Amino acid sequence: MNKLGKIALAGVAALWAGTALADGVKVGMITTLSGGGAGLGIDVRDGFLLAVKQSGNSDIEVVVEDDQRKPEIAVQLADKMIQSEKVDVLTGIIWSNLAMAVVPSATAQGKFYLSPNAGPSQLAGEGCHENYFNVAWQNDNLHEGAGAYAKDAGFKNTFILAPNYPAGTDALAGYKRFYEGELAGEVYTKLGQTDYAAEIAQIRASGADSVFFFLPGGMGISFLKQYSDSGIDLPVVGPAFSFDQGILQAVGDAALGIKNTSQWSKDIDNPANNAFVESFQAEYGRLPSLYASQGFDTANLLLSAMGKADIDDADAFRAALKEADFDSVRGDFEFGPNNHPIQDIYVREVIKEGDVLTNKIVGVALEDRGDAYAEKCKM
Amino acid sequence: MMRREQILNGAVLLGLIAVPLWAWSSGEPFIITLATKVAVLGLAGVGLNIALGTGGLVSLGHAAFFGIGGYAMGILASHAQQYVPLFEWPLLVEGTKSMPVIWLVAIVFSGLAALLIGALSLRTSGVYFIMITLAFAQMLYYFAISWPAYGGEDGMAIYVRNSFPGLNTLDPIQFFAITFVILCMTLWFNARLVRSPFGTALAAARQNAERVEAVGIDPYKLRLAAFVISGMITGLAGALFADLNRFVSPTMFGWHLSGELIVFVILGGTGRLLGPVVGAAIFITLEHVLGGISEYWQIFLGVLLLGVVLVARGGVIAVIAGKGVAHD
Amino acid sequence: MTIILLIEQVLNGLQFGVMLFLMAAGLTLVFGVMGLINLAHGSLYMVGAFAAAAVAGATGSFLLAMAAALGAAAIAGVIVEMLVIRRLYDRDHLDQVLATFALILIFSEGTRWIFGSFPLYLNIPPYLSGPITLPGDIQYPLYRLVIIGVGLLVAAGLFLLISRTRLGIRIRAGESDREMIAALGVNISVLYTIVFALGAALAGLAGALVGAIQSVQVGMGEPVLILAFVVIVIGGIGSITGALVGSLLVGLTDTLGRTLLPVLFGTFMEASAATTVGAAIASMLIYILMAVVLIFRPTGLYGAR
Repeated sequence: MNKLGKIALAGVAALWAGTALADGVKVGMITTLSGGGAGLGIDVRDGFLLAVKQSGNSDIEVVVEDDQRKPEIAVQLADKMIQSEKVDVLTGIIWSNLAMAVVPSATAQGKFYLSPNAGPSQLAGEGCHENYFNVAWQNDNLHEGAGAYAKDAGFKNTFILAPNYPAGTDALAGYKRFYEGELAGEVYTKLGQTDYAAEIAQIRASGADSVFFFLPGGMGISFLKQYSDSGIDLPVVGPAFSFDQGILQAVGDAALGIKNTSQWSKDIDNPANNAFVESFQAEYGRLPSLYASQGFDTANLLLSAMGKADIDDADAFRAALKEADFDSVRGDFEFGPNNHPIQDIYVREVIKEGDVLTNKIVGVALEDRGDAYAEKCKM
Repeated sequence: MMRREQILNGAVLLGLIAVPLWAWSSGEPFIITLATKVAVLGLAGVGLNIALGTGGLVSLGHAAFFGIGGYAMGILASHAQQYVPLFEWPLLVEGTKSMPVIWLVAIVFSGLAALLIGALSLRTSGVYFIMITLAFAQMLYYFAISWPAYGGEDGMAIYVRNSFPGLNTLDPIQFFAITFVILCMTLWFNARLVRSPFGTALAAARQNAERVEAVGIDPYKLRLAAFVISGMITGLAGALFADLNRFVSPTMFGWHLSGELIVFVILGGTGRLLGPVVGAAIFITLEHVLGGISEYWQIFLGVLLLGVVLVARGGVIAVIAGKGVAHD
Repeated sequence: MTIILLIEQVLNGLQFGVMLFLMAAGLTLVFGVMGLINLAHGSLYMVGAFAAAAVAGATGSFLLAMAAALGAAAIAGVIVEMLVIRRLYDRDHLDQVLATFALILIFSEGTRWIFGSFPLYLNIPPYLSGPITLPGDIQYPLYRLVIIGVGLLVAAGLFLLISRTRLGIRIRAGESDREMIAALGVNISVLYTIVFALGAALAGLAGALVGAIQSVQVGMGEPVLILAFVVIVIGGIGSITGALVGSLLVGLTDTLGRTLLPVLFGTFMEASAATTVGAAIASMLIYILMAVVLIFRPTGLYGAR
């Protein structure tokens, strides 16, 4: 409903505004730009727009709208983008519950959807669709990476916790898929909870030798600060979400040394990534985050397909997307049978570069990891 | 004064038909979706207005009924979509994709919930009433988030809109027609209700409970009845809202929604027949227009709302049609 | 579950309760004296946390940050009171709910406009960080004990203020009879501004204290606001004693509920189901507590009959 603002990009002729482009591609981006989760949406948007700008391609028009992190709003925006704006491609959604609300009906209407962040298991398994491409990860991937790291590091008795909602139960299931030791405890917290004193006391009393947690956003910041102040010094591992560039400064030194798993890091050494990190900093004056890298890759995937096929020929365009013929900033990248990535999951460690907290890669948790749901996908 | 409000009411309803018809003829289906949203949220507000405007019961928990209506739709339709019966014992109950059946279920269950919540909450009054209704809605909210069977926080997507005999509900204008007719029928019912002996007694109980008691009417029962009717209408609106989005999620139980419903009622004019519809129309239009101006559009929305409270007392209808509330 | 762990959880519950008290005290005071429902109380909590984070970032001093939080929230309170709240005292609760709901929107997005969309950094100073050992070999974070201490000090201060000082006499008079104190020549509008600023400062202090161990971000005030309302409703609106008792009840119920319930369910259910069901019921527990209290005592534990 909001953020009607059309971002008319360099080169897009104003006289085309409002009508479907003759040969170009119109992209509808629905993402979170207001409220507490706005940081993630802003990064995805900025990464995406940076790639479009760098391409110099004038055949692409991007319409950006704010979903306020509300599923109903996201659904209505999708209706609007499809019915009124007549977009060809949708993208931008951050949260799994919003993706579940929007993606199935959008793809059923013949639109392409490129996911720059959410990868709920339903859309990877039985609910997969030939027009749905995930450019980030299947939701379980980073947790699986953490489980694999825990196995390699020799953790025998981990205490695991996550919020009590579907992504939380998936996270713990993902960890357990690769972890082989015992569980010292398994706790579900309230979604949005900010005080973890009770859980930390349980961790202390449990006799655990390590901790795995998935607490996205402010929940993770709160947990890490309180955990570090509790004096427990068990090793902690978690997915990259709580250690990403956007929130790492807010966690502060409490995060130093913690291992986290990610498919991307700013120190992955390849030309595409080096150029991305540098140009993102030059453009926006801050270090890029995981989300920015995903937005950037999403746009480059789309641009690569545009170079090979016309959007009006959906079959050819779909085949072009599936080839994933672009230089991903994370290095090797290809799509599995369910249009979800097959990629390496890295282990990163939080370090300090001068005054700035950031991550460096210390190992690989899983190589060429697809996902656990691909075989259920009948496309 | 009453005359002016009636003319205004007519104009509002005409406008609510004219805009989507214009959008239909000029190929702007999204405007029709917006108008449908106005009709549905307006309907929820009309439900709240019976408790709040006529009965003086400030409920900050009407999202509970809205959500129950939504989940009635989601649960029935998802079972029908997967061909799995709801339960087989003691009798076989199947899901359904038929709107009238879903509406009936939504009304019955939100009515039952309103009966239970109302019976307990009406023991309190004033701010305590506001907060206890909020507490019940929050209980349902957390329950919906952590109940995995029906999607938890992810909610449930229903891929095809439910059916109504003789109409193609997927066509935006036909679905709008359904919601508009329901809204008009509810408004007619509401107008009758307010003028009935029940409505008069309810309004009297709001102003002076002792006097009502003196003539042998139990204000508690009166208010409970009003609360149940109010909850039923809001529940019906919840089912329609779920069908509009083809999606239900726990945010339908959230306190922001209860707050927004109150905003609709006050914005339009508390206790006015069409107050909630006018309020919903203004709010949704503002959201739509302001969103295009700035990323920080909610600041402007806040300032405008403040302006309405501080300057335009009695809501927009009072400013246009004058102060006297028609049925007071 | 060992006794040591139980004691530690009780301490955690107390600390959570004391923190809620700082929020609830201001809310209940403003309601008791002016009859105002202030949904924007959570925004003042957020203002305190952001001011503390900004000052701590610039100066590195935790004490200065706390002072800034108190000051910024009080000033924000005075401004809001003079511009908006003042016009709402003689309105019904509905108008107050709408106007303060509008204030939440303005505060939240205004803060995001000034400070950006990313959470800010605020941490415990070194001299308050880390755990200390309590009798019985309980390891407990020093900072949480400090929060308990500050909260109890504030509670004691408030009781003294209300029972012993001239301002307190006026506040009590204002609660019982508004015309009367006006007739006695007390400047009501100044009194109201002071009371509102006091409530705002307490909320700001709570925001800054808690911000050091939680996330300083836009929207942080709303969950706490709802909890604070639950507290004052359980305690009885307008009663400081009620707010204290209600805070501790809610803090203990929530903390003990979420640790004990899964264990309890585990005695007769399969382990992982017990965890999810226990967690689900625990998240509803304080609302159940509130509903039960109100059903038996419709004006709260210490509310006026």
